[in-house]
Amino acid sequence: MSRPELVAPPEIYYGDSEARKYTNNTRVQNIQADMTYRALELLNLPPDEPAFLLDIGCGSGLSGEILDEQGYTWVGCDIAPSMLEVALEREVEGDLFLQDIGQGFGFRPGSFDGAISISVLQWLLNAETSHPTSSPPHRLTRFFTTLHSALRNPSRAILQFYPTSDDQIQLITSIAQKAGFGGGIVVDYPNSKKARKVFLCLFVGSGGNNQQ
Amino acid sequence: MVRLITHNLLACHAKGCTTNNFPLRLQDAAVELRDAEFNAEFVRGFLPRLEWKALVGAARELGDKSLPEEMPEMVDEEFLQKLHHVLLEIHIDEGAMVCPNCGHVYPIANGIPNMLLAEHEIA
Ligand SMILES: [Zn+2]
Repeated sequence: MSRPELVAPPEIYYGDSEARKYTNNTRVQNIQADMTYRALELLNLPPDEPAFLLDIGCGSGLSGEILDEQGYTWVGCDIAPSMLEVALEREVEGDLFLQDIGQGFGFRPGSFDGAISISVLQWLLNAETSHPTSSPPHRLTRFFTTLHSALRNPSRAILQFYPTSDDQIQLITSIAQKAGFGGGIVVDYPNSKKARKVFLCLFVGSGGNNQQ
Repeated sequence: MVRLITHNLLACHAKGCTTNNFPLRLQDAAVELRDAEFNAEFVRGFLPRLEWKALVGAARELGDKSLPEEMPEMVDEEFLQKLHHVLLEIHIDEGAMVCPNCGHVYPIANGIPNMLLAEHEIA
């Protein structure tokens, strides 16, 4: 089976039927939930304090439901209208935006206490988008620069994604660094082809890291 | 489901639009009130992040006049309750947000603002 990001842009790939199929698939649900919990762990927010979070590529709200359950207030954005409609039907609590993250965000500086993103960044690595003239490096730069500005200092963004090569990891981390982020890559289950998960852990300032 | 907490953080992100691009003007807004759980600590912690004048303006545009013109010096429970309502319980379901600088219209349909830019507006 081809990787979805190689088949079509996300707003096309996740049409009405794919959006529902994806959301109702128990295996997908479980993997998404695991990765969301792991992302929250890596986010390392101060315990028992309320926080305002950004869910980048929130899709149908699978991760958002976990943010709700954990008591966080959040904003989600996604480029696929069908996914957002499913999120509305599922009555998640967060504010939802139809947005192409490769075009950048307009949030004021220091808006969020942290950001998570589950299985989204790989979509930015493919040139075939609704804006074919924009190259992946240009879109990644716009994304990371405006994300860095939207986050408080100190804070973190944890972005799980599926790279197809080390070159892709290299490209993404170098652009994130140029945008001002510190941090790096965390790989869970590095030796398992199936379970391997890559998390890009980005720090604004110190990353609020006082516990490790 | 755009609430004023999010509207208060949102500036226009069109190419070259970097001054006078906040707050986005609310147009033809259809509003629905939905209860949200009150968390005094969250609302209090959010105060420094707010652009007060923009918040009061937006709330008044939506017919809510409960907030004072100036941020009060004494932040008590009653004030936090009012602020909670304005920030988290007023949902804009339909309408548009319009940039005061470049005039870009971000339509809101079914509670979801469309933030997509045309090719020539991408920075
Ligand atoms: Zn503008």
